[in-house]
This record gives sequence, structure tokens and C-alpha cells, in this order.
Amino acid sequence: MFFAVLSGFIVACIVPLIFKLNRKVAGALLSILPLSLFIYYLQFIPNVLAGEKILTTFYWIPFLKINLNFLIDGLNLTFALIISGIGFVVYLYASAYLEKSEKIVPFYIYISIFMASMLGVVTCDNTLALFVFWELTSISSFLLIGFNHEQERSRYAALQSLLVTAGGGLALLAGVIMLGQITGTYEISQMSAFHSTIVSNVLYPSILVLFLIGTFTKSAQFPFHFWLPNAMEAPTPVSAYLHSATMVKAGVFLMIKFLPILGGTDLWMWLLGGFGGWTMLMASTMALKQTDLKRLLAYSTVSVLGTLTMLIGLGGEKAISAMIIYLFAHSLYKGALFLTAGIIDHETGTRDIRNISGLRKYLPVTTVIGVLAALSGMGIIPFIGFIGKEMLYEATLLSGEYSTLFITITVISAINIFAVMAYSGILPFFGEYKSPAEHVSEAPFQMTSGPIALALLGLVFGLFAGSTVDGLTNKALQSIFPSASHHLALFHGFNLPLLLSALTIAVGLLFVFKRNSLVEFIEKIRIPEFFFPSKWYDYAFNGTLSFAEIQTKFLQNGHLRYYIFTILALFILLVGGSFFGFNTSESILNAFAISIERSLAGIDIYDISMLITVLIASVFALISQGRLSAIASMGIVGALISLIYIIYGAPDLAMTQLSIETLSVILFVLVLYKLPRFFTYSKLKTRIRDLVIALAFGSIFTIIIIFVSAYGKFDSGLSEYFAQTSYLIGHGKNIVNVILVDFRGFDTMGEITVLAIAAVGVYSLLRLRKQGGEQ
Amino acid sequence: MEFVLAIIVGILATSAFYLMLRRSLVKVILGMVFLGNAVNLTIFSVARVTKGYAAFIPENASTLEGVYADPLPQALILTAIVIGFGTQAFAIALFRKAFQKVGDDDLDKMNSTDIMCNEDIPGDK
Repeated sequence: MFFAVLSGFIVACIVPLIFKLNRKVAGALLSILPLSLFIYYLQFIPNVLAGEKILTTFYWIPFLKINLNFLIDGLNLTFALIISGIGFVVYLYASAYLEKSEKIVPFYIYISIFMASMLGVVTCDNTLALFVFWELTSISSFLLIGFNHEQERSRYAALQSLLVTAGGGLALLAGVIMLGQITGTYEISQMSAFHSTIVSNVLYPSILVLFLIGTFTKSAQFPFHFWLPNAMEAPTPVSAYLHSATMVKAGVFLMIKFLPILGGTDLWMWLLGGFGGWTMLMASTMALKQTDLKRLLAYSTVSVLGTLTMLIGLGGEKAISAMIIYLFAHSLYKGALFLTAGIIDHETGTRDIRNISGLRKYLPVTTVIGVLAALSGMGIIPFIGFIGKEMLYEATLLSGEYSTLFITITVISAINIFAVMAYSGILPFFGEYKSPAEHVSEAPFQMTSGPIALALLGLVFGLFAGSTVDGLTNKALQSIFPSASHHLALFHGFNLPLLLSALTIAVGLLFVFKRNSLVEFIEKIRIPEFFFPSKWYDYAFNGTLSFAEIQTKFLQNGHLRYYIFTILALFILLVGGSFFGFNTSESILNAFAISIERSLAGIDIYDISMLITVLIASVFALISQGRLSAIASMGIVGALISLIYIIYGAPDLAMTQLSIETLSVILFVLVLYKLPRFFTYSKLKTRIRDLVIALAFGSIFTIIIIFVSAYGKFDSGLSEYFAQTSYLIGHGKNIVNVILVDFRGFDTMGEITVLAIAAVGVYSLLRLRKQGGEQ
Repeated sequence: MEFVLAIIVGILATSAFYLMLRRSLVKVILGMVFLGNAVNLTIFSVARVTKGYAAFIPENASTLEGVYADPLPQALILTAIVIGFGTQAFAIALFRKAFQKVGDDDLDKMNSTDIMCNEDIPGDK
């Protein structure tokens, strides 16, 4: 199972090689991957039907509880079959659809990565590993939407989908980690045991909201739905695969998976039922006025995702069983319809439904696919879409005290979807012939065979529901409600759902024939732009960019002294602030008192004179206008410091300091003696400000040293050790020297290396000067 | 004693940062030298400070007992002084080069990666 998921990633690596070997058959050859995965997953059916759950464990990062555990149960298997099955159709289709495109190689790389990640999402049992796959699907979706990256719209749509879905993924991660903290496990299959602990925890509402942000963004629920219609910039096979049949269902999948873990509360029901219901109604209405075939389908997909979310929100056994059938039917017919739209686009060069009609003469096979798929989507007997819709009505009617509300919006949405299906799958093929292309001919076999299989399966599964999909969907239902079962049948008798179906068809037909006046009516509804979530996205996006620009201009202003200024100001604020923040001003005074008292005891006249000389020399260095006098003052300060080292028992330091100081002064003078006097660049105000900052910083230094000297010395115990052993081990009586050349010899070697590098740098800079001079 | 050292460190640190906040590159380099000295003295003064007791083992003894200056910070500072000199030397050479190209030691004229044309270089100041 691990290898099944991994295979997509491996194949992605060798795609370029395959295309290099033989470009013509490469696409067909690659289709073997999803086909063999499909067959691989098919062979689990007998086990799953027998009620088995197959779990494979692979320890990845065990101490963080991140493991690649893959689980096959009814639900996971259903999804895995949809992914690999439709994957096969799409792989085959794309080999002809993108035949002439140069970018066919990256296409197959991305889509293989996607398929592997998607299989990971639906079979992985560990939530943390699942998150990795989840984000990988977002990334591959980003790459596929931005497939035509030379177009700005594609790049915009790709970035939008990435920011929305990957951002949602982060919320999901947070939710999952909180869940893991509460339950102590990251395995989905073990979490449902903690259901009552989780829902009674104070963190439950935040976990649920974070979790739902993740799933809503992925499954394009309001207010995150806007990325999906924009994602139609992707090539049609991608739209069919990622943005209708599989990836957008990942959110829905996770919500059913987590129904036994997070569900069963009022909050769950209202969040999912409310947002799902609203998304369903809104998107289906928006779909009616679309004229682009793919956007039409995209909005209807959003609507269906809303329906699925709403059903999960209602949460009963009936609702879940309706959801599984509805989802299954949708994957079949919507995949086929998208691929039909792709054929129309490919052959006529347009996707605008106003410019095409009567294509049946030239696209006979495509017509059959379109009509069959659309009929299933419209919920016409005997297609599987009909069963799905009947179950949807039945479940909604049983949803308790608000069932009237839910059934009303469901029926309205179903009528809208009915019309949209007719617009996209039937109308382009009938009526008078109209097409912008001069010559329209049927698509090749690779492009028609897959969709026709999907469309026919919709019919077969409808006619023989009881003997085909019944078994597996029952097991899928039982992975949520272990004791539940349903019995699929085409005809449930004369009941309220059937009546509502008749109503749907009647009003739907009206919508189909009166499209123009309907669109006119919808166009009249004007909503201010501010209320569109897509605008919120733009505001947030542009706001972030301008904020980044402002703060970059402020912080990264290109002036060294302002960087130093910022660092100093922050240091003064944090360190200086901590002196006063914790009521330590008293202890500062105390430290001063202790320190002064102690110092007075041992103070000499030369201490005072040194202090005064340092002060004078420093001030002179600051205010001097001549470079040489500034350098001389610096030299005086250096010499005084070496004097300090002598007085306080550090003769080695004194020697080094003195020689280094002499060298520096010589170097400075050699380089600088020709230069003009200092020029005063800054205003008095600036200089005062700088002086205040520098003074504050210097005072903090002083205070820290006084603090340390008054309250405690730094003593590592190492000095003691060196004093005891430097002669016995290091055979030297000057302890500082022994430390440098013996105990910490490697440090000294590093120091020498630094000096050597600096010398090389200086030398090359000087050489460079000569060459520059020659030019 | 530490009190005097603390004040000296304060003076040096103040001078260092005042100089580093200037626009003239020479002053910035001077500031670096001051800062190096200030930090070295800081390390020196937060350890055990004694007057006159260098960390030498007496002629006829094999270990050092009693009062003596802390040898460890001294070893650290010694390294720091030498490395500080290395950076200084490099900074000075770099300054020399930059001055040749830009003709000025004003940092504000150096914050672009493009070398200015000769006409743009202001004359003596």
C-alpha cells in the first residue's frame, strides 16, 4: 500500500525519460500507472466486502508519532477507486488533448505527483502524514492551474488557489495537532474512541473551526469558494480530475472521516449545514448565468460540494448514505461533462455556450457522452444520479425540525443544477448548427473512450445499483456507522421524494427553455462588490503587499546608520526597559552603592587620572575635525587601555594591546593621511539624537558591569583548574599563554586562520587598487 | 576598581556608537575600534579583577594559590584583540578601495550597487 502511493512519485521522476524514449506512445504508456493502481485497489474489494480493514504500518518519525500508516476500509477504498479510475481516463485523454503542447512532460509530472498525493490523502490513517499529502495536492494543483503560466490570469488563479487551500491546510494542521494533544494519538482510526472527550473539551469549538477552515478551503465552501471557478484556467483534463472529481472532494472526504470524531454536536450541524446549504444555493444560482462551459461546470461543482457538506452536517445514517451515492454519481457525470467540454473546446476553439449549438452532426460520440452524463446529473431515471437525488431528498426531509428550510433550498438548487446540466451537456449539441470553427471533427479515440465509459457507468450503476455499487457503498457507510446499511434500488415507490423529483424536472425544463429571461432576471440582482469574498481576498492580498512594501522601506532603508540605530533602540528598550520594568531601580542604586564603596577602598590617583584621560581622548575623537587628530585620540585611548591591563594584572594583554594599537594607528595613518578633513554631514539635531542614544547604550553597559560586580562574579571554575594544572600538564608558568597555546590551542589556530584570511583580503584589495589604477 | 572600569566602558561604548551612527565611513571604522575596546574591557571587568597579581606561577611552585587575576577572560580577550585587529585592517583596506571608487567617505553615496560616474563625484570638502 505504501508502494502504491509512492509509485506516483517515482513515475513522476521518470516522466521526462519516457518522453525522451518515445514521445508518441509515452502518454498511453503512462496511463498504465493509474490503470494498474485501479486494478490493485480493485483486488481489495472481496476483503472489504467481507468486512475486513487492511492496515499497513510504516514508521517514519515514530518519536513524533508521524507514521505512514495506510488503511483500506470501505470509504477509503471507494475514494481510491474513484481517484485511480478517473485518473486512468484523464491520463489517456490528456495524451491526445495535449499532444501538440510542449508542456506535456511537466503536465504528466505534476499530475502523477497529484495522483500519488491524493491517494495518500484518502488512504493515510495518520493525520500528520495526511497533512503532508494534503498540502502536496495543493501544491500540485497550484502547478497545474498555472500550467499556462505565460498568461497573467493563470498565474493569478494559481496563486489564489495555493494561498487559499494551502493556508487552509495550515489551519487544518493546527486543528489536528490540538486534537492529537487531547487524544494522545494521531491515528484517525483510533480517535473516534475519544469522541465524548473531544466534544466536551473547552478547545472543541476552536478545533472544529480550524478543521473546517481546512476542509472548506479545499472543498470550495463559502466564503472560500471563489478560487474554484478561477481554477478553470487549468487545462480541461486537470479541471475534470482535480477540480471536480477528486481534489475538491478531499475536504468532503475528511469531513465524513471526522464525523465520528468531531460530529454529532449542534455546532457541527449548524456550521456544516449552514455553510454547505448556503454554498449549494448560491453557487447553483450563480451557475445559471455563466456562459463559459467550464465556469458553468465549476459553479455547479461548488454547488454539489455544498450539498455534500450540508448532508454531512445533517449527519444521520440516511444523510451519509445519500452523500456517498451523490458523491459517487457526481464524480462520474461531472468528470465526463468536463471532458466533453474539453472536446468541444479542442474541436471548435470556444467554450462560450452562446457561440455553439447543433454540434451533434460533427461530434456524434461526444453528443452521446454529453447527453448521458447530463441526464445523470439532472437526476433522470434510470441513471445513478437519480438514485442520488432521491436519497438526497429523503435524507433532507428527515433532517428534523428545520427540514422545511433544508428541503426548500435543496429543491431550488436541484432545479438550478438540472438547468445547468442541460446548458452544458445537451444544448451545445442540439438545435441549429453554430460554431466559430470552420471544420469540426470528432475527437480521437483516446479522448472519447474514457468519458464514454464514465457516462455509461452512470447508466449501468443506475440500472443495476443493487448488484453493483450497493456492496462497496454499504461498506463505506459502515466505516462511519458500523451498524448501518442501505439498500440501493432504482424505484422506491410513490412517495414525497418522487413527487419532488417530478417538480424538479418540470421547473427545470422551464428554466432550460426560458434561459434568456432567467439570466436577465438573475442579472438584475445586484450585490455590492464589497460582499464578494473574492474581493476580500484581493483586499487582503494587496494589503499584505503594501504593508510589506512599507515596512521594507522603513526597515531596509539602505542606510547603515539607521540599521545600527534600530538595533540600539531595540536593545535599549528591551534591556534598559527590563531594569525599570521589574522595579529594580532600588537594587540598581544599591549596586552602585556597593560598587562605589568597594572601589573607594582600593582606588588610586592613577585610576582617576586614567578615567579623566580616557574621557578627554574620547570626546576629542568625537568632535575632532581632522582625521589624524581623531586617529591620534583613538591611539591614546588604546594605550590607556593597555595601561589598565598592566595595572590589573594582565601583562600579556597589555603587550598585545599596545603593539596592535600601534599597528592600527600606523595603518590608519598610511591609508588616510592624504584625505581631506572631516566634513560635517549631519545636523546638530541629528547629532544630539545620536548622542542621546549612544549615551543610553553606554550607560546600560556601565550599569550591567556594576550589577555584576556588586551581586556576583562570573566564575566557571575553569580558572581554578588552569591555575592548578597549567604547569603540571601544560609545562608553562604563564597561565594565559598556556591556555592560548595548549588548553585552547585549536581556538588559537582558528584565530590565526582568521588573521590569514584578513591578510589575504587586505592584500587582494590593495592589488585590486593597482590594477584599477592602470585602467 | 570595577566602578572606574565600568565608567570607562560606558564612555568607550558611548563613543563607539556615536561614531558608528555617523555618515563618514572613517568614523564608523573608528567606532568599531572603540567598540572592540569597550567589549574587551567589559569581559575583563565582569571577571575577577585584582590589582597587580598577574596569573604567573611563582618560580619555585607548581600550582598557583591565593589571589591572582583571572586567566581565562584574559586568554579570550587576547584572541579578541588580535581578531579585532584583523577586521580593522580589512575594513581600512576596504575603505581605501571604496574611497577610490566613490571619491568620498559619505556612506549615503555608497548605498547603491552601481559605481557612480565621475561627474557625480563632488569635489573636495
